[in-house]
Amino acid sequence: MIGIFTKRINKREQYLISLLLVLAVSGICYGIATFLGYRVIAFILLLTVSLIAISFDILPVLLSAILSAFIWNFFFIPPRFTFHVSTTEDVILFIMYFVIALINAALTYKIRQVEKTSRKKEEKANTLKLYDTLLHSLSHELRTPISTIIAATDNLQSSNDNLTKENKDQLVSEISKASFRLNQQVENLLNISRLESGFIQPKKDWCDINELVYSVVKKIEQNKITQKITININPDMPLVKTDKMMLEQIIYNLLNNASLYTKDDSKINITAINYADVLQITIEDDGEGFPEEEIGNVFDKFYRLKNAKAGGTGLGLSIVKGFTEVLKGNVSLKNVSTGGSKFTIEIPCEVSHLKA
Amino acid sequence: MNKAEILIIDDEEQIRKLLEITLRANNYTVTHAATAKEGIIIASNHPPDLIILDLGLPDKDGLAVLHELRQWHTNPIIILSVQNAEEIIVKALDKGANDYLSKPWRTGELLARIRSALRSSTQEDIEPIINSEDLQIDLQSRTVRKNGDLVKLTTTEYSLLALFAKNEGKVLTHQYLLRAIWGPGFIHQSQYLRVFIAQIRKKIENDPNRPEYLLTESGVGYRFVGKQG
Repeated sequence: MIGIFTKRINKREQYLISLLLVLAVSGICYGIATFLGYRVIAFILLLTVSLIAISFDILPVLLSAILSAFIWNFFFIPPRFTFHVSTTEDVILFIMYFVIALINAALTYKIRQVEKTSRKKEEKANTLKLYDTLLHSLSHELRTPISTIIAATDNLQSSNDNLTKENKDQLVSEISKASFRLNQQVENLLNISRLESGFIQPKKDWCDINELVYSVVKKIEQNKITQKITININPDMPLVKTDKMMLEQIIYNLLNNASLYTKDDSKINITAINYADVLQITIEDDGEGFPEEEIGNVFDKFYRLKNAKAGGTGLGLSIVKGFTEVLKGNVSLKNVSTGGSKFTIEIPCEVSHLKA
Repeated sequence: MNKAEILIIDDEEQIRKLLEITLRANNYTVTHAATAKEGIIIASNHPPDLIILDLGLPDKDGLAVLHELRQWHTNPIIILSVQNAEEIIVKALDKGANDYLSKPWRTGELLARIRSALRSSTQEDIEPIINSEDLQIDLQSRTVRKNGDLVKLTTTEYSLLALFAKNEGKVLTHQYLLRAIWGPGFIHQSQYLRVFIAQIRKKIENDPNRPEYLLTESGVGYRFVGKQG
């Protein structure tokens, strides 16, 4: 809670607000000093400093503590309008005021430190958890195809006479599938590390969306998917300026996801339109959709649905989100009422007046 | 038929072995080198008909090797590299590589590229005619026929298509095409190129969205393939 306040207000504003608050409260107290007596005012001022201490850093709190102490002394302790304090009682009161105000500031500082270390600890724990998930899913996702390749080649080399020609072909085909899967994972990891590095810059160029979508669909269809993909794009759609590689990857991952997690013979529909200077791409399937309570998490790194079948590292959709954000766009996911899910990508981009 | 001699320059023994088996099985003669230095010596002592060059060599940057080879070696060079960044591919093609394949590659694809590169280097004159199943391009009479019917092309469309036909099988980069057709001032106007490519596809492809002749090399350029493979 406290941390949230301090994050939003910067240092300079903190000084200014503390200063103004002390002055304003002092001003009000000045007006009512005759009714209240200066000792009550001391408490009011202390309360002000404590309030400031709740949400601000140590230096502004120190400043308001010192300032308020002197204001109290100068304007309120008799004889007023001097720094002179006549009675011993008042001297003790003033010193106590000063000390309490400082303690306030010091406590604030301590709380901040504790907060900082606990936040660091939390971050570290999160990173460790992330690494754990990563290692777990990676070792699974990389070892499965590697195991397939090793086992299949062992089998082929074993000169076992029981292996029919058909068996051998099957083994070779498994090796091939496993290699493509490995390659896909390496691609994902490279993309995620590019995104993580934070250095990724979009390379924008004119892009024929029809051509791009058809080429991605062709690539997906080479994976021998069983679903039927339909493409819905105006053949005269104008060129848009965007990063082709990223857009391809976004669409590929969404289609790949749809093809991995919907039943055979499901329908996947991809549409692209542009309005004003926004490119909108939707990918809809007639599968089972996502569990509503998990929709908020699906774009998180390494997140996998609770009932997800084996395979997948939970990187695909986080790459989609990462690239979309690099392109200053956004991605959303909804379940459609007729069943299935619908991803919508919106990316702002310049549109060419030349028609493709 | 006397098959061509191919030099493989790659530091990974596994890759060399695999390529050697594949190429020998297709009746090519194969020599290989594991370093840039060794490769350049072999190439200069006995110039091969084609070089397959890896960019990640231990002793020298692959693009520098390519540049050095191109000082005197005129036969085709095909780059085979794990690098798949578009700007590196474009650089390699600009520095005189005939083609570029990234690892992992498909064997069929590699063999097709080798055939195509060797074909273009052995042709004395450019074949004046592209004669595929349903598409004929006659560079002498400047005519293009689709399913026997004359295709009407604008001057720019024809120049572009003719340039592709003359470089059949070869990737032509965006910049190369823009410079050749529109001039040096237009090398960044890729939108012209995309518009014209789309128009040509509408005229020569059976399904412009699934082109069979005028193929896109994503982020790099285009490649024209006659259907005979």
